[in-house]
Amino acid sequence: MAEAESSTGFNIHPMDQFQIKPLFGAGEIHWYTPTNVTLWMLIAVVVATVLLVLGTRGRAVIPSRSQSIAEMMYGFVYKMVEDVTGKEGLKYFPYIFTLFIFILLANFLGLIPGSFTTTSHIAVTAVLALGVFLGVTILGFVKNGTKFLGLFWVSSAPLALRPVLAVIEIISYFVRPVSHSIRLAGNVMAGHAVIKVFAGFAGALGVFSIFPIISITAVYGLEVLVAAIQAYVFTILTCVYLNDALHPSH
Amino acid sequence: MAETTHGADHAVESAPGMPQLDFSTFPNQIFWLLVTLVVLYFILNRVALPRIASVLADRQGAIQRDLDSAEQMKRQALEAEEAYNKALADARAQAQDIVGEAKAEIQKDLDKAIVKADAEIAAKAAESEKAIKEIRDSSAKSIQEVANATAADIVKAMMPGSGDAKTIKAAVAARLKG
Amino acid sequence: MEGNIAEMGQFIGAGLACIGMGGAGIGVGTVAGNFLSGALRNPAAAGAQTATLFIGIAFAEALGIFSFLVALLLMFAV
Repeated sequence: MAEAESSTGFNIHPMDQFQIKPLFGAGEIHWYTPTNVTLWMLIAVVVATVLLVLGTRGRAVIPSRSQSIAEMMYGFVYKMVEDVTGKEGLKYFPYIFTLFIFILLANFLGLIPGSFTTTSHIAVTAVLALGVFLGVTILGFVKNGTKFLGLFWVSSAPLALRPVLAVIEIISYFVRPVSHSIRLAGNVMAGHAVIKVFAGFAGALGVFSIFPIISITAVYGLEVLVAAIQAYVFTILTCVYLNDALHPSH
Repeated sequence: MAETTHGADHAVESAPGMPQLDFSTFPNQIFWLLVTLVVLYFILNRVALPRIASVLADRQGAIQRDLDSAEQMKRQALEAEEAYNKALADARAQAQDIVGEAKAEIQKDLDKAIVKADAEIAAKAAESEKAIKEIRDSSAKSIQEVANATAADIVKAMMPGSGDAKTIKAAVAARLKG
Repeated sequence: MEGNIAEMGQFIGAGLACIGMGGAGIGVGTVAGNFLSGALRNPAAAGAQTATLFIGIAFAEALGIFSFLVALLLMFAV
């Protein structure tokens, strides 16, 4: 067990913030135990409901502030799905929008000091990515039958190279959910850990802690950007994978 | 080494290693994630997305309607402008006609008046000429009479008894003529 | 300095894994730089390719995140 601790008295535990604790009392965590994961996911759902349902209840032609935020997000994701997958992909727009909203809100809520970031957990992002991966693969076979396998058979390459390329394509196809999930969790986890490490420095440096605090501010700004970008990247990669399933011509 | 024991102490109070790799919590996270996703999906798919879509469609419709009515109004404005221009041209042409007519009438009246005036002037001139001629004639006659009388008196005075009035008259007339 | 040789190995390994982040940095820089030079040549076409830019950055960055993950695993999980 290697704690990040040195003889100068630093006492930094950058990973403690990711701990999962039961909400009520202490004890073993069963699959149904309400934990801080439950709490922050619930908060994400509540915020999404407030923003997207209560915010648009006016149904105004000239939108209020919250309604225009909801409309902007709707338009953003809708255009993304339409641009990447074409008209056929719009059938899956509600699920993609759900993913986007959940990841975006989880990332932003995780940036509140003292909160818990559900998307920093590989289990969560792996379920999201595996859902996309399995859904897209099944959809590809249902829609295209065996033609879906043409995704791995690069017909534009010389014949001798095709088997080699097929192996590479298959490997890269199966790495997709891994990179898809770890990218999100890794980015969020890295940002939070860095902030925590700097915070540990700030606690130890006394009057010079102004420097780590400036750094924390800068990293925090970067994290806000990363939170949005990673939600965007996760969503657009979902669209790209969906496009592969709908149009497997390579 | 002091830190190792300290670290070991700490390891007891904080969970070991990365919480992300603590597999005992995975079922819990996955369960709650699935619940969250299903709930969120239903809220969005049933309520939020249709509402936003209808609002956007309404707005698109309203914008289209406004654009259409603006187009129509523009057309109407153009028509009105055309009609106005036409009316203006008509009025101008009419005014031109009226001016021309009036001018012609005035010219006619003027011509008539001029002719009448000319005639009057001519008549007056002729009358005056006649009057002048009369005066001249009468004056010439009176001169002759005066000359006759004078000549008769002179002849009477110079050579009494010679010559009669007839001869004198003829001589005066010959002298006055020559 | 006395200590556990395995612990030393973990720290050294984690440090070495962090070199991989440099590769991700080079990759992201290449993607963004080439996008910028292309966008400056043909700014009209740049807007439509922003999605491609982010996909490219995401792929390049994923490998850096992998190395970060390896470092974390060495530090905390081994």
